[in-house]
Amino acid sequence: MDLTWAAQDEQFRAEARDWLAANVPRQPLPSGDTAAGFAAHLEWERALHADRWSVVSWPEEYGGRAASIWQWLIFEEEYYRAGAPQRVTQNGIFLLAPTIFEFGTKQQQDELLPRMAAAQDLWAQGWSEPGAGSDLAGISSRAVRDEQAGGWRLSGQKTWSTRGAFCTHLFGLFRTDPQAQRHRGLTYFLVPLDAPGVTVRGFDRLDGDEGFADVFFEDAFVPDSAVLGGVDQGWSVAMSTTGSERGLTLRSPGRFLKAAAALVALAGERGEAATDLLRDRVARSWMQAHAYQQFTLAQVTDIVEGRPAGARSSLNKVFWSELDIALHETALELLGPDALVDGPWTRGYQFSLSGPIYAGTNEIQRNIIAERLLGLARR
Amino acid sequence: MRFAPSDEQRELEAVVRQVLTDRCPPGTVRAGAGSAQVAALAESLAGLGVAGLLVAESDGGLGLDENHLVSVFEQIGYAAAPLPLTATLAVAPAVLSSGAPDLLVKLVEGGLTVGADPAVTGHVAFGSGVDLVLRGGFGGTGPIEILDVSDAAASTSPSVDVALDLTGYADARLVATVDDPQVVRLAWERGVLATSAELIGLSRRMLELTVEHVRAREQFGAPIGSFQAVKHHLATALLHLEFAAPVVAAAGFELAAGVPGRLRSLATAKALTSEAAHVVGRAALQCHGAIGYTTEYDLHLFLKRSWALESSWGSAAWHRAVLLEDLGVGLTGVRPAS
Ligand SMILES: Cc1cc2nc3c(=O)[nH]c(=O)nc-3n(C[C@H](O)[C@H](O)[C@H](O)COP(=O)(O)OP(=O)(O)OC[C@H]3O[C@@H](n4cnc5c(N)ncnc54)[C@H](O)[C@@H]3O)c2cc1C
Repeated sequence: MDLTWAAQDEQFRAEARDWLAANVPRQPLPSGDTAAGFAAHLEWERALHADRWSVVSWPEEYGGRAASIWQWLIFEEEYYRAGAPQRVTQNGIFLLAPTIFEFGTKQQQDELLPRMAAAQDLWAQGWSEPGAGSDLAGISSRAVRDEQAGGWRLSGQKTWSTRGAFCTHLFGLFRTDPQAQRHRGLTYFLVPLDAPGVTVRGFDRLDGDEGFADVFFEDAFVPDSAVLGGVDQGWSVAMSTTGSERGLTLRSPGRFLKAAAALVALAGERGEAATDLLRDRVARSWMQAHAYQQFTLAQVTDIVEGRPAGARSSLNKVFWSELDIALHETALELLGPDALVDGPWTRGYQFSLSGPIYAGTNEIQRNIIAERLLGLARR
Repeated sequence: MRFAPSDEQRELEAVVRQVLTDRCPPGTVRAGAGSAQVAALAESLAGLGVAGLLVAESDGGLGLDENHLVSVFEQIGYAAAPLPLTATLAVAPAVLSSGAPDLLVKLVEGGLTVGADPAVTGHVAFGSGVDLVLRGGFGGTGPIEILDVSDAAASTSPSVDVALDLTGYADARLVATVDDPQVVRLAWERGVLATSAELIGLSRRMLELTVEHVRAREQFGAPIGSFQAVKHHLATALLHLEFAAPVVAAAGFELAAGVPGRLRSLATAKALTSEAAHVVGRAALQCHGAIGYTTEYDLHLFLKRSWALESSWGSAAWHRAVLLEDLGVGLTGVRPAS
C-alpha cells in the first residue's frame, strides 16, 4: 500500500491548479443546456484546448498531454475544486472518444479526434428512442445499405439527446440487419446533424433548460466511413463505452468532493438551521464522498494493473448518483424556506435527480450488480 | 371512535373535486398566474364559498372546521391548483378576525385574495395578484403583520416550482399587527395542516400518474410495472402515503377539537407528508424514466409543487426537531417553536 503521489503527479497537480486559478471564469457561466449558455461554454472549451487542458489523457498529436489515468483524476479534482464550468463536450470526449480510440480506423482517429478536442465538432449521444430506453437493444431506427451511393440511408427517431439541438454531430446505433437477433444486427454510426434528411427538435428538460432533443432521420445518407467498429458489430462497440459512462470518465470523485465541501460550508453559514440531525447528514455525505474517492483510487489501481472494472462500474453508478441526491437534499433542508427560490442548490438538486435515470437506470444497475457481481439468477 | 370522514366532509370534498376537475386540468397549472384559466378557477372556487370555510356562520362563513380543511386541501393538492389557497382559506380567517375584522367580510364574500410569508423570506407564493400579505408567525410565534400590497411594487423571483409565482413586495402598507399568541399559533397550525393535506393530494396524483405509466410502458417485451424493482418503488411510495394520510386527518381532528397535545400530531403530519411526497415524487420520476424528466409531460407540475411545499411551513427536518423538543430531547440549533 502506498497512498502517496509521485513527484511528477504533484507537479502536474500544481500546474493544473495554477492554470485553472488564472483562467476559470470569475462569474459562473449560464447553464450549458441553454443555447446562450452553450455558446459561452464553447469559448471556455476553446480556451481549455488552446492550452491543452481539454483532453489531458489523450496523445499529444490529438491535442492532449498524454497524462496517466492518475493525472487525469488529479486534473478532474482540481477542475471541480476551482469551480470550473461543466463540460458541454463530455459526450464526445468521454463517451465517443474512448470508442474511437478502441475501434476507430486510423483515418477516423486522425480526422475526428483533433476536431473533437478543439470543440469544433460537438457530439450528441443518440442511443435512446421513444420505444428503447432501458431496453437499448429494442431500437428500431434502421440503416439500409445504398450500394450505388456507397453508404447507408438512415431512418427513425432518437430522443432525449442531451444538448442535441446545439451539437453538430451524433453517434448512435441503427439496425442494419432486421433478421438478426436483437443485439446482433446493430451498427454504430457517426452522423453529421446537418446531413439532408436529419431534423433536430429541441425540447425542455425538467428544470426548464432546453437541453433535450429529438433527432429525426428520413433516408439521411452517410458514407461507409461513418461506420464505427464494423457493420452489425454495434452492440459490442457500444457496450465497451457504457462502462465509462457509468463509472470513471463521467463521474470522477472531484465533483462530489467539491459538492461535499460546499455542503459543509453551507452548514457553517446556516448554523441556525443546522440541527444535530442535519449536521449528521452533512457528515454522512462528506464521508460518502470520501469513500467514493477511495473506491475510485482502488478501482484505478485495478485498471492500471490490468484488471478492468467490468460490471463493477455499476457500483460506481449507483453510489455516485445516490450520493449526489443525498448531498443536495441535505443542502435544501439547510436552506429551509429559501429552498423555494431557484438557485445553485435547487438547480443542482434537479439535475442530481436525473443521475439514477441516465447512463443506465439504477434499477438496471442493481440487476447487473446482483446478477454479475453476486451471481444471482437472471430472469 | 370512528376514524373516517363524515358524510358532510365527503360531500364538500366531492363538490370541490368537481370544480377542480373541471377548472384545473394540467393546462391551467401550466397557464399559471394572471391567465384567464386561473382567473376562472378562482371564480369557481369563490362561488363555492370556500373562503368562508373556517369563518363562523354568524360572520357569513360556512362555519366548518379543520376536518373539512383537510378534505378540501387534499383535493387542491391533487389538482396542484395554482392559487394562494393556504393563505386565503386556512390562515387568513383567524388573523383577519383578530386584526382587521372589516376585511373578514370581504374575504368571506370572495373579494379578497391573501398571500402569506410566514418565514419572512420576502417571497409570497402565488403572490402576484394578492391584496393582502400576512407576514411572520413562523413556528406559531412572533407577530403577524397584515400588509396591504394592492399599491405596492411587486417583483417575481424564479422558483423551483415554475408555477409558484413567487412574489416580493416593496413599500406595502401596514394594516395591522396581530400578536395575540393564540391567534398566531392557530394561524400557523392551520397553515401547516393545509400544506400537509395538500402534500397528500399531490402524492396521490403522482402515484396515480405513475401507476398508469408503468402499466402502459413496455421495455424488454413487458410492461415495466411487471419488474420487481418498479413494483417495489411504488409499493414503498404507497406505504409512505398511506401512513401519512391518517396522521393528517388526525391532526385536523385534534385542531378542530382543540386537543392540547396537538403540536406533536401536527409536526408528525408535516414531517411525514413532506417525506411521503418526497419518496413518492422520487419514485414517480424514477419509474417514468426520461419522459418524466421533460416539461412536455405533466409529472413535473406536481413534482415541483411538492418540492415547494416540502420546504414551506417547516421542512420535515424542522418538524422532527420540533417534535424532539416537545418530547424533551433538546437539540442544538433548533429555531424556537413555541
Ligand atoms: C438528463 C438525461 C439525459 C439523457 N441524455 C441522453 C442522451 O444524451 N442520449 C441518449 O440516447 N439518451 C439520453 N437519456 C435517456 C436515458 O438513456 C434513458 O432515460 C434511460 O436509458 C432509461 O430509459 P427510459 O427513460 O426510456 O426509461 P424506461 O426504460 O421506460 O424505464 C422506466 C423505469 O422502468 C425501470 N425498468 C425498465 N426495465 C427494467 C428492468 N428490466 N428491471 C427493473 N426495472 C426496469 C427503469 O429502471 C425505470 O425506473 C437521458 C436521460 C436523462 C434523464
